[in-house]
Amino acid sequence: MFLTYDNPVYDYARSPDQSAAEPVHHPLIVVGAGPVGMAAAIDAAQRGLQVLLLDDDNTVSVGSRAVCYSKRCLEIMDRLGCAEPMIEQGVTWNVGKVFFRDELVNQFDLLPEAGHKIPAFINLQQYYLEEYMVRRMDDLDNLEVRWRNRVVEIDNAPERVMLGIDTPDGRYRLSCDWLIVADGANSPIREQLGLESRGQWFQDRFLIADVVMKAGFPPERWFSFDPSYHRGQSTLLHRQSDDVWRLDFQLGWDADPEEEKKPERVIPRVRAMLGEETEFELEWCSVYTFRCRRMERFRYGRALFVGDAAHQVSPFGARGANSGVQDSDNLIWKLALVMQGRAPQRLLDSYSDERVQAAEENILNSTRSTDFITPKSTMSRIFRDSVLELCRDFPFARQLVNSGRLSDTAFLIDSELNTAEDPDFCGDMVPGAVMLDAPIEGPDGERWLLDTAGGPFVLYCYLGESGGLSQQTRAALHALAGASIPVQSFVVVAAGAAAEEHATVIDREGLFAARYDARPGSCYLVRPDQHLCARWRSFDAHSVAAAVARATCNG
Amino acid sequence: MPLKTENNFHQPGKRFFRAYRPGDDFYEALIETHRDLSDEQSARVNARLVLLLCNQVGDLGLLREAMAIARKGVVAEDDDAT
Repeated sequence: MFLTYDNPVYDYARSPDQSAAEPVHHPLIVVGAGPVGMAAAIDAAQRGLQVLLLDDDNTVSVGSRAVCYSKRCLEIMDRLGCAEPMIEQGVTWNVGKVFFRDELVNQFDLLPEAGHKIPAFINLQQYYLEEYMVRRMDDLDNLEVRWRNRVVEIDNAPERVMLGIDTPDGRYRLSCDWLIVADGANSPIREQLGLESRGQWFQDRFLIADVVMKAGFPPERWFSFDPSYHRGQSTLLHRQSDDVWRLDFQLGWDADPEEEKKPERVIPRVRAMLGEETEFELEWCSVYTFRCRRMERFRYGRALFVGDAAHQVSPFGARGANSGVQDSDNLIWKLALVMQGRAPQRLLDSYSDERVQAAEENILNSTRSTDFITPKSTMSRIFRDSVLELCRDFPFARQLVNSGRLSDTAFLIDSELNTAEDPDFCGDMVPGAVMLDAPIEGPDGERWLLDTAGGPFVLYCYLGESGGLSQQTRAALHALAGASIPVQSFVVVAAGAAAEEHATVIDREGLFAARYDARPGSCYLVRPDQHLCARWRSFDAHSVAAAVARATCNG
Repeated sequence: MPLKTENNFHQPGKRFFRAYRPGDDFYEALIETHRDLSDEQSARVNARLVLLLCNQVGDLGLLREAMAIARKGVVAEDDDAT
């Protein structure tokens, strides 16, 4: 029982499939209604696929669990129609502070510049996020959810997947063309298929305590190395919604997890951290260890693994749920093209290639954070403490302080889906990068650049102030819109430029030009997951068509 | 040339998209250099590393400045403790 939240109960309902003589066939089944499975199901439904989502439970997350949602995750959630209530209910924050022996040694701002629709981070208890996603799923007619449906048998055959499912009414069977596996870190499906997620355990224990309090602390991430109230270890203080605060205490490997969970052990620790005068109530606590690991590939025939089932990281850096949602973002448009017969199955291997690279990066960053927070030898600790000591006077040391490198996007620069760019471009918007947002005025009243992408492939043709789209180009853009894989196109003009006879994006503050290193003539091809896959200094219809073919393995 | 106090880690020919990344690459390599060593072996590795890097820097003024900073912090802390 929680002080601030009551878990909703979603009713089990018997499906006619359970009475069928033969296993009923579904094109796409998603297993696991956590944030990642629901993101996949919603995205697939939005892209027109018929989706069945199975979950072994009948409620949302019990306890707050994942708390920090990154800008990129929220941008995806925005496309899925879920970000608004998250941002409304969540606590927006940009600033992180690091303390060493009670002294402030470093401070960072995660979104130092304006001109983005979505904040750098929000904190929100996982159950709220899941509740909003369940609500969103209710709106989608081509998405069915079955609660208390536990997959207990699987046969991943070359031509289709067979599932055996346990329900309160007993077992039944289904088949599907494609299976998205989002059943969490201990993935029963992964186990049943005899597949492994391999990596490293870390020898340390952490206590999470969520407390309810009215406190004057700002909504910032406060990480403390070796504070006076918890000598030799580290702590974290972070605000969630409803006056719930996440406290994290490093305990060391020798701590007894059962003992440390008891309120009589937890309350004195919390009191030491918050001060005698602060009133609080304990909401939830948990003692955890962690590991960094991943599967070798994320696609095995017709089974596609996403989120914690595919890869797991330490919690420092909020790279769990955030990266899982990005898996789904990368996968679903590809799966839609394959299921519609417009791209070969090989495109799904690029899902694995690209997200394995992202998982590697997440594991690398989170392992490094863990090594900094938990030094493994005397010399490591001396180096760590020396870095922290030098911070006050030497900026270079501040950059080395690693209390968690917070979730960011992977640059998929080695992806085979990219087309080589013209050599004279500058800036980070390289093929393989996630689009940076910019304030714009779109043809349908859009206020943000990202709102114009995320459906089909999109081509942005920058004209700047000069304007003047030729009739020939206009005809070529029209033809691209009608291709078998359609390319929606926008011309981008500077504020005040003359209107064009084509869907036009006005670069309200010149930030598109700045962020994309755009000159009149520059063109950018964007995938349905808002990743750039090509850019050119001038428009050429054949090059665009070839880049689309390459990005869909049709080349 | 004054002692550099801003972050100076980089790798020629390699593009970094995150400001923290080259520093983290360095730090990991540094810790890796000490993997599985005894404290005494680690101290020797550090001494050798300092000698190699000092020769690389070469400028005695710079080296004396860095040495003074490195010693000062440690000595001051010892004094505080007594």
